[in-house]
Amino acid sequence: MKINLKIWRQTDAGSPGRLVDYELDHVIPHMSFLEMMDTLNEQLILSGERPVEFDHDCREGICGQCGMMINGRAHGPIPHLTTCQLHMREFKDGDTIYVEPFRGKAFPVKRDLRVDRSAFDRIIMAGGFVSVNTGQAPEANGIPISHEQAESAFDSAACIGCGACVATCKNSSAALFTAAKIAHLAKLPQGKIESRKRVLSMVEQMDIEAFGHCTNTEACEVECPQDISVLNIARMNWEYTLSKVLK
Amino acid sequence: MELNAKIPPGPLKDKWSFYKDHARLVNPANRKKLEVIVVGTGLAGSAAAASLAEMGYKVKSFCFQDSARRAHSVAAQGGVNAAKNYKNDGDSVYRMFYDTIKGGDFRSREANVYRLAECSAQLIDQAVAQGVPFGREYGGYLNNRSFGGVQVSRTFYARGQTGQQLLLGAYQALMRQAAAKTVTLYTRHEMLDLVLVDGKARGIIVRNLDTGEIERHSANTVILATGGFGKIYYLSTLAMGCNASAIWRAHKKGAFMACPSWTQVHPTSLPQSGDYQSKLTLMSESLRNDGRIWVPLKPEEKRKPNDIPEDERDYYLERRYPAFGNLAPRDISSRAAKERIDAGFGVGPQLNAVYLDFSKAIKEQGKEKIKEKYGNLFAMYRKITDTDAYSEPMMISPAAHFSMGGLWVDYELMTTIPGLFALGEANFADHGANRLGANSLLQACVDGYFVAPYTVSNYLAGEIHAEKLDADAQEFIDAEVRVRAHLGKLLAINGTKTADHYHKTLGKLLYDYCGLSRSREGLVYAIKEIKKLREDFYEHLKVPGTEEEMNGELEKAGRISDYLEVAELMCQDALTREESCGAHFREEYQTPEGEALRNDEAFCFVSAWQWQGEDKEERLVPEPLHFENVELTVRSYK
Repeated sequence: MKINLKIWRQTDAGSPGRLVDYELDHVIPHMSFLEMMDTLNEQLILSGERPVEFDHDCREGICGQCGMMINGRAHGPIPHLTTCQLHMREFKDGDTIYVEPFRGKAFPVKRDLRVDRSAFDRIIMAGGFVSVNTGQAPEANGIPISHEQAESAFDSAACIGCGACVATCKNSSAALFTAAKIAHLAKLPQGKIESRKRVLSMVEQMDIEAFGHCTNTEACEVECPQDISVLNIARMNWEYTLSKVLK
Repeated sequence: MELNAKIPPGPLKDKWSFYKDHARLVNPANRKKLEVIVVGTGLAGSAAAASLAEMGYKVKSFCFQDSARRAHSVAAQGGVNAAKNYKNDGDSVYRMFYDTIKGGDFRSREANVYRLAECSAQLIDQAVAQGVPFGREYGGYLNNRSFGGVQVSRTFYARGQTGQQLLLGAYQALMRQAAAKTVTLYTRHEMLDLVLVDGKARGIIVRNLDTGEIERHSANTVILATGGFGKIYYLSTLAMGCNASAIWRAHKKGAFMACPSWTQVHPTSLPQSGDYQSKLTLMSESLRNDGRIWVPLKPEEKRKPNDIPEDERDYYLERRYPAFGNLAPRDISSRAAKERIDAGFGVGPQLNAVYLDFSKAIKEQGKEKIKEKYGNLFAMYRKITDTDAYSEPMMISPAAHFSMGGLWVDYELMTTIPGLFALGEANFADHGANRLGANSLLQACVDGYFVAPYTVSNYLAGEIHAEKLDADAQEFIDAEVRVRAHLGKLLAINGTKTADHYHKTLGKLLYDYCGLSRSREGLVYAIKEIKKLREDFYEHLKVPGTEEEMNGELEKAGRISDYLEVAELMCQDALTREESCGAHFREEYQTPEGEALRNDEAFCFVSAWQWQGEDKEERLVPEPLHFENVELTVRSYK
């Protein structure tokens, strides 16, 4: 099939960007979106143009590296899917597709579709861990955790840190990402001990990084490839309030 | 040069304790003066960097991804082994050691493998303490399941995302140290050379992939934890960025490469569907616990799988290997699938797949139970193929996966270059000629959390008085000049073919001649073709842009220039090993039933290869393997 592309090209964070038109004639419906981009890049290189820089690595929906706005939606038209797992069969012959980088003040563009998501790392650095050293951990079965509780912690821990939640949020809020980590650790006895300190410092770091506030539009949950629930945000708010009150 | 594996003395079960009791220590006050470079932030790299930083060393951590959390360990799905014997089904450290030695077709070191099994229980404790949400029984205790090649339940899992959860544990430990400023992170940095001073590893040259800037970093020791190079086949289960560059450039500086031809071909990948395809997606091996593998009895069967009656199906693994059935080890299962596909019984549009069928399990356990165990894998299958595997069988196919080969290391995980360590999949140790499922996460973690802290310290104890090294030393300048010259060379070719073209061509050559089965004739042909392809690469490659900016094509070209050299050594290695073992199946050496025929008399050794210079044949240095605790039996899963 034939696909028309309008792709955001930008040399670096300091330069202005613009949408550039490209045409691809032989797109196979079974191609992934990124394989379609590979095909475009092959064409661009051979014609002497710079290929489009985009982030990707595992191409199986788990590393969290890929991500672009496709027709205005983070990771494209299908809910709960990474860009690498989006296939061209979701588009029609002759379609025009807008491809832009993930949006968010805290995610500056590096080049073309690549953005800087290191703010997420700094949020984790602010306390998204259990303070345990290597080597002398107690017997794992010494702390029984109910099946339901472990599953629930897993639901929160499944976040891949892709940033779609931020990109799709009208406030560019990182609430879903941060809340998922706070909930994951707070739901387990190992992480519970530090939870009050953790929530305060991680929320503070979100503000430092210039992420916006959550206004409960729930757009993040719709686009999240792992279907992380907004209930995590409620949990974060509860932990935060509790920590503030008891501080 | 004779290889010394430095195996500690004493009985097998006491070797690691003996080592730990006698390893040299570094006074806490001295640790902060010692600098450690860790390249790679997967399980082995993050775990080592975090652990050494906790001890007080000054650590620099490098990765090419945009965040340490995205290293390819993240993609491992199925689980991690540990001899906890929670199921009371007869598991023990010795049994796990034995399964692993046998699974590796008696081509790994006893002492290393025993240590792996010994440290396994401790790893589960460590991960749970970090908050890794492993699957739990209803009583609150840890659950586990079986994986290929074993008859006990010793695989711990976090749904189908065990790698991700373990990596997040290690990544979080790393970020904790980054916050404490004991670790400095360098993401989007790729190592392009190793710097030796007085014969010791003292630093690296890296390229900042965002800016193109070349940087020099010095340290007292360099740890490579850069993963495997299965992506050399282009179509593989590995992430696009996985590569051999760091270990290959270390090899060219004197680190021996061991058994590079042993690449595991994983039996449960999704089949290739077209030429445009960039990778093969892996479905977890855990699916084989409940899924039954079959092909139609009739060749080129046109009917849909659900329309083929039971008596017209060939459950070939259950037929050929009744004792292990669908849980036969990866090499055996992959080869059996290839045998059926080659014989004309393959299914799917390209006739290159076999069925993995859950109908019996769903009938017996109910859809909900299967959904709970494998739900995310079924969802992933649906996303990629648009097919509902609850109502019709999945289609799976073998795909290049894990490199058992890598840098040669001794018991301390040190390479033949003093001060250069290799951890996890970047080294050759522990797996022999085949890796059992759920042992890769284990090895990476054990190397990083439990082995390196002792062995790296033992080395650093001798470096306390080493001169503080300035990255302006002549050795660093020379290395940088070479790196810049190589990048310049790639850019100057300005030909007509893309880096991907060469990668795909090389990958196909390797699949055909150094893949699931190999022959002398094929390997000799492949070596000739690889040499030609390499010449073509330096004549016709096209890399747009410059080196002083973000340039994804330049990154690819650099990796492929290394792959073109690694590939030749892979074929050379496969050619010299005139036997079949594990992942290495030489067509000339098989039993009348078509099973692998090992030759312990002549090939019970690790093939270590020494670089001799450009355009010179590498030198084979065998490290003989000594088996004192197990008998080398014919590996039977019947």
